[in-house]
Amino acid sequence: MHEQRGVGTLRPAGRPLRPSGGDQLAARRALRAQVDRLERELAAAVAASFPDGGVETAVPAAGGPRVLTLGELERLRDALAGRVADARGVLAEREERRAAARLRLERMLLAPGKHRFARVTRRELGEDGCGAWHVRPRLGIIGMLMGWWHVKLSSGCPLAT
Amino acid sequence: MRTAGEAPLEHGRVAGELAVEFPDLDIVSVEVEIAGRRADPGVAERLAVLADRFRGRRAVELRREPVPAAYRVFFRHVGIDPEVRRTPIEEAAVVRLVEGGHRSAGRLDDALLLALLETAVPVTALDAVRADRPPGLRPAVRGERLGRGAAAPRLPAGRIVLADRGGPLAELFGTVAQDAAPGRGASRVRLVAVRIPGVPAIHVEEALWTCQEALSLA
Repeated sequence: MHEQRGVGTLRPAGRPLRPSGGDQLAARRALRAQVDRLERELAAAVAASFPDGGVETAVPAAGGPRVLTLGELERLRDALAGRVADARGVLAEREERRAAARLRLERMLLAPGKHRFARVTRRELGEDGCGAWHVRPRLGIIGMLMGWWHVKLSSGCPLAT
Repeated sequence: MRTAGEAPLEHGRVAGELAVEFPDLDIVSVEVEIAGRRADPGVAERLAVLADRFRGRRAVELRREPVPAAYRVFFRHVGIDPEVRRTPIEEAAVVRLVEGGHRSAGRLDDALLLALLETAVPVTALDAVRADRPPGLRPAVRGERLGRGAAAPRLPAGRIVLADRGGPLAELFGTVAQDAAPGRGASRVRLVAVRIPGVPAIHVEEALWTCQEALSLA
């Protein structure tokens, strides 16, 4: 029967528990791969946030160009991970607002008379442009009096002054 | 398509400590003659066409395109925040949006910009007399200066530089040493491009060929 040995006995006595040169290199490469993924995710978040913006991407740099140490790469990875988490929060909140705006628009289209003068901008829906969906009376004052309401999409951006 | 008149591309040496960390890192250069000082109208026209095709949304989407994204990632890897010091292609995009176009700035600058816009790979021009051999990439050692003479700025140890036997010629993606920068009347230059991880070699070669072609137009 084999003798059971604890994990501690596998390491020769007196040897420091510190990564070797090869281990450090492998660790740095793994961290760079993580930085790569995080940077790409952050870039995707910036693109998704256009044109509203609001995604912060700056991360303190270590004063390069030079080969970063393991500790510096870890700090960079952590800072980027923080930015990505913040960006996800910003985008999720924005998507909730857009979903609410889409729902409002659907209700306006289904029953314009119940949402008189309600307005949803294309910006609120996450679309480019300056247009807005607006519940208006048909034929102006006559429509108001007769209860003829419809949804109109106004178009165009204000002229530059 | 490449023509017979184009000079061959030469690979420089990448120092062992950099090659171990970044196995795909490469530095490629070519020495070319400048056909004249005045900006070439054909190149200026190509710059104008490229500017017209560029819109605000593209400036935002740029960071997701494969080659510009690789530069952003590499900037992070070597301790540069691309939001503070933009990658060359993003800097060109911002200049295009702010100025409304790409202004012609002379034959050499136009050629460098054209290569950058066409390939997203930055090309650096060095004086061919000073940089008469293919430069390599290495970390600066303690006490080194960027250029010759006591007035040349000191480099921090470890800073990655383009260098030859005579010393550092330029910081990677940064300042060119004063004595290595092509003068106004330079007739020959050494064009240098650094291949970083994630950028196919063909993009780097195309950048150098594009620049070479633009400089040699009579």
